[in-house]
Amino acid sequence: MTGTNNALATRRALITAGAGIAGWMLVRPAAAQPAGESRAPSDILNTAVAGFTGGAPTREGRVLLDIAPLVDNGNTVPMTVTAQSPMTAADHVTAIAVFNERNPQREVINARFTPLSAKAQVTSRMRLATTQKLVAVARMSDGSYWTHTIEVIVTLAACIEE
Amino acid sequence: MARTLLTVPSSAKKGEVVEIKLLIAHPMETGFRPDESGRILLRNIIRRFACRYNGDLVFSAELFPAISANPYLAFWVRATETAPLTFTWEGDNGFAQTETVMLNVT
Repeated sequence: MTGTNNALATRRALITAGAGIAGWMLVRPAAAQPAGESRAPSDILNTAVAGFTGGAPTREGRVLLDIAPLVDNGNTVPMTVTAQSPMTAADHVTAIAVFNERNPQREVINARFTPLSAKAQVTSRMRLATTQKLVAVARMSDGSYWTHTIEVIVTLAACIEE
Repeated sequence: MARTLLTVPSSAKKGEVVEIKLLIAHPMETGFRPDESGRILLRNIIRRFACRYNGDLVFSAELFPAISANPYLAFWVRATETAPLTFTWEGDNGFAQTETVMLNVT
């Protein structure tokens, strides 16, 4: 019995060690980000969003950031942002911005709409340095801000030297 | 002149909302990547895009280094009259390009 226990203990130790190594590998790209970014991740996103909203309150909803939750190649990731709005002169989306958490820079795109756009939707392709959170913020013509936050897992990151 | 691929419907009904899909050849060098010798490559990106329909601004965007090389943009426009759609890209190192496509409204 002790033999089995020992074997179990060894296996457990191995698994723990393995998890440790995996964890280290996951953390490593984050260490490559510029200095002064050691704050909590959600804090980084909140600061980026506040820069866009000017500190105005934001609410969840009315905007949808559509991107694959599991990304094979971070060099070019298709994404679409759609905001729900009638797009009339009285009530329309004026801007949609996308921010990321762990790329070298927080901004991704800042799109501006007019009632002539007829549909508050923009599609582009972005780079993702690593597994991280993304947030889309829509500014309505009445001055309200709406957000959608999602997390994406990246298996092959952009920004690696070849 | 950078190569572009502009997908605009050849004709549209009055009031129809049409999708515009644009691709432009550009390296979108981030300014964070080192070259073989270890020096950081200077940033070279497209910073601004604007779409005008018969001279009126419809859609514009600021692009950042997080946008992939050969930036793709798709957005929507309500077809109201037969008029030119003008697309303008501006970027680092004086990059500027304008393309015009006629939107025929029936």
